[in-house]
Amino acid sequence: MTETLKPETPDQLCEAVRWAAAAEEAFEVLAAGTKRSFGRPVEAGHRLDLGVFAGIGLYEAEELVLAAGAATPLAEIEAALADKRQRLEFEPPDLGPLLGAAPRLGTIGGAIACNLAGPRRIKAGAARDHVLGFNAVSGRGEIFKSGGRVVKNVTGFDLSKLMAGSFGTLAVMTEVTVKVLPVAEETRTVLVLGADDAAAGKAMSAALGAPSDVSGAAHLTAPVASASGIERVAGAGGAVTALRLEGPAPSVKVRARAIGDLMKNFGELDELGSADSAVLWREVGNATFFAGDDGGPVWRLSVPPAAGARVAAHILDGIEGKVFYDWGGGLMWLALAPTDDGGHGVVRSATAQHGGHATLVRAAAGVRTRVPVFEPQPAPLAALTKRVKEGFDPLAVLNPGRMVAGV
Amino acid sequence: MLMPEPDGQVLARRGDIVAALRAMVLRESIIVDEDELRVYESDGLTAYRQLPLIVVLPETTEQVSRVLAYCHQAGVKVVPRGAGTSLSGGALPLADAITLGLGKFNRILDIDFANRCVAAQPGVTNLAITQAVEGEGFYYAPDPSSQIACTIGGNVAENAGGVHCLKYGLTTNNVLGVEMVLMTGEVMRFGGKHLDSGGYDLIGLITGSEGLLGVITEVTVRILRSPETARALLIGFPSNEAAGDCVAAVIAAGIIPAGMEMMDKPAIHAAEDFVQAGYPLDAEALLIVELDGPEAEVAYLIETVEEIARDNGALTLRVSQSEDERERFWAGRKAAFPAVGRISPDYYCMDGTIPRHKLPVVLNRIRQLSARYGLRVANVFHAGDGNLHPLILYDANEPGELEGAEEFGADILRLCVEVGGVLTGEHGVGVEKRDLMGVMFTEVDLKQQQRVKCAFDPDGLLNPGKVYPTLHRCAELGRVHIQRGQTRFPDIPRF
Ligand SMILES: Cc1cc2nc3c(=O)[nH]c(=O)nc-3n(C[C@H](O)[C@H](O)[C@H](O)COP(=O)(O)OP(=O)(O)OC[C@H]3O[C@@H](n4cnc5c(N)ncnc54)[C@H](O)[C@@H]3O)c2cc1C
Repeated sequence: MTETLKPETPDQLCEAVRWAAAAEEAFEVLAAGTKRSFGRPVEAGHRLDLGVFAGIGLYEAEELVLAAGAATPLAEIEAALADKRQRLEFEPPDLGPLLGAAPRLGTIGGAIACNLAGPRRIKAGAARDHVLGFNAVSGRGEIFKSGGRVVKNVTGFDLSKLMAGSFGTLAVMTEVTVKVLPVAEETRTVLVLGADDAAAGKAMSAALGAPSDVSGAAHLTAPVASASGIERVAGAGGAVTALRLEGPAPSVKVRARAIGDLMKNFGELDELGSADSAVLWREVGNATFFAGDDGGPVWRLSVPPAAGARVAAHILDGIEGKVFYDWGGGLMWLALAPTDDGGHGVVRSATAQHGGHATLVRAAAGVRTRVPVFEPQPAPLAALTKRVKEGFDPLAVLNPGRMVAGV
Repeated sequence: MLMPEPDGQVLARRGDIVAALRAMVLRESIIVDEDELRVYESDGLTAYRQLPLIVVLPETTEQVSRVLAYCHQAGVKVVPRGAGTSLSGGALPLADAITLGLGKFNRILDIDFANRCVAAQPGVTNLAITQAVEGEGFYYAPDPSSQIACTIGGNVAENAGGVHCLKYGLTTNNVLGVEMVLMTGEVMRFGGKHLDSGGYDLIGLITGSEGLLGVITEVTVRILRSPETARALLIGFPSNEAAGDCVAAVIAAGIIPAGMEMMDKPAIHAAEDFVQAGYPLDAEALLIVELDGPEAEVAYLIETVEEIARDNGALTLRVSQSEDERERFWAGRKAAFPAVGRISPDYYCMDGTIPRHKLPVVLNRIRQLSARYGLRVANVFHAGDGNLHPLILYDANEPGELEGAEEFGADILRLCVEVGGVLTGEHGVGVEKRDLMGVMFTEVDLKQQQRVKCAFDPDGLLNPGKVYPTLHRCAELGRVHIQRGQTRFPDIPRF
């Protein structure tokens, strides 16, 4: 029978993990559970619910630091930050709706464990770049910590980086400390209308190579743009390339003009103000355009930005689907027609040829069991990955199989 | 500082080891003569010296791989070395170890403006990367003061910072790809030209690993378009507290300057005597605040910061009116270490980080410690991110002064941890802070870190004696202590 254990203290958490190690059992680790379907189905008999490790413990706005229980909802953290005109600069997306869960339930620990990042990734980094430290219980059933509460810190190995993107397979975080930053005074988005994917790639590259400090560069192909909630985007009648500028008002005004000048040969221009920009960039980060679709496979690829359009063409030549680009062309979201392998074959052949890696973010559980969700690794790297896992969780108690079968 | 006992067997086999190496690299790439080995006896932390067993200077990844595979099989330790500017003894040789110098890996391999990145061999200097792309208006953001000399490989190994990392991040935020040779000789590639490697973030782990995990043979970094303009403010304050308040107020106003540096009175005087930067000699504390970006933004922010500075009791305030003047403002700060070197026969540079608001408390305690130890101290401070560089002045020829300086330094670092900070912000643990690791971490924390090393270097042959105070065998670290049979369900809430 599947039991859900809900430890109330780090010591109880240790006890649970040690029990599983002794009894040769394993846990699926979760907090809100909004991203349970992200990754391979976990091969575990029981669940470990971390819901109790929630709440903001420390927030010093002038020090740009916040510490919270790992299961603290992002929504709670974002509200506390907004009160002081601050934010999580990595713009954690809310993948709930895309994955068929309710919106706004995701936790800070979940965002870090999946190393999420929004459109500002190109300028400000991903979750990995904002974790200053954490407390956790390893798969060995030991309480340990790493990092601290200051930004500049090279004391010992940077295990925070390792926790970010480990999908709960190494240790169970109970508390995390993150860097926070001031909210930009104003945002404008320059829209370029009607560019094809290749031209949009060049446009985004030119914009990111200009001294205008662009903090978001996305390209929505026509069918994707038409699904936007922003009328100026949905009603544009074709593809829309969006370039975001944030900062003090006088600066944003000048930079938007400079980017407009640079873009005028790529297509007709339009511009969004702060409020519409906020909505559009949330849609881009959350891949809202693909939420509520038929639940078919959705892939997220990180590739060399200049290769973006070619990678998409390669894939969409082989299989029907829709694409949009973020990170100046370096991030690609693809919704593909359902097939037995979810598009695995053609997607992997594209990354093999052009570099980068692909993640099957959404697919039926059967597909996620059959094909690798994360980019398969060459044997020596796979072996190293396994050794790292064993250093934290030698008996595979935590989320076994979530990233790689048998690990 | 106690280093691991040299392995007598390895010392005795030196001749055989040299002979074996000659089959792998060019004859002139192997250094065995004492005079020539002397060049490598220390790094930037010159208080510690040790002649290496042998120095090898390979030129290709293939050679590194063969040398490491041989050392692995023969049980010979290896110390990787870039330019040897480490201030924590990370590249300090061991008597029974080969020092593997990467100086010949000095080529830039790929400049890719479309993908905004540069791939370089690890021996390329930090500054050379910027120089390679500045003609097109780009630069590499992390800028350690040692940037003319230090290597990009060393920067990755130490996760180096610089005065601009407040806004643009440390090395770790700017690396896209790494090629690394493991101790077994296996060549691994992580990342590439894209963001975030799939799988575990091993690049993030390698960055700052101080040569303990593998030998870096190639690095791909992000380059950024240079800002349109940069201007600096030079602000004198009547007290450290006032300067600290000003820093807090700038950040509270939502401004993240490109750089925000502070110097105390002794540092101001030493720098001014050395480079005549025009620093206010009556000020107790000096702030340099740099703002960069489009002209319109910089003009707007300069005005805002000026106002904040005046509200916080600035005594003097100048805004750079030209590139020349901006560089002059920085000249004193950038030359602070050598400037202090002129007023004292020796100095010892510390590198703790503290929560910013603890600055006045920490500076006061440092002053008390200075009186107790009878050693002068000058402070420079990356004020924006709380990274403190107290420079302890001493004379190694005076009996007891080196030991006093070391104890004083250790007290400062303990103080940093006590107020919520850390032992090292950017210089690394190396040998210098190794024995203080227990101040910040429990035995469990340290063992967990060392288990990560076991995944890369199970025999502990890479740079042993650095970073971790106690060496454990990987077999011992790997053991799991569980009570088999104790399979009763734990008594905790369930659903
Ligand atoms: C005057 C002065 C100013 C400085 N200012 C700064 C500053 O502003 N910010 C800052 O962060 N640091 C600063 N430093 C410290 C130092 O320059 C940096 O730590 C730098 O990154 C070291 O680079 P290096 O090439 O000299 O490496 P080394 O000193 O040769 O080695 C440093 C460590 O890296 C390892 N290592 C080197 N190359 C490799 C490789 N290819 N593969 C694996 N491991 C390797 C070594 O084993 C060692 O542990 C300063 C030093 C000096 C002397």
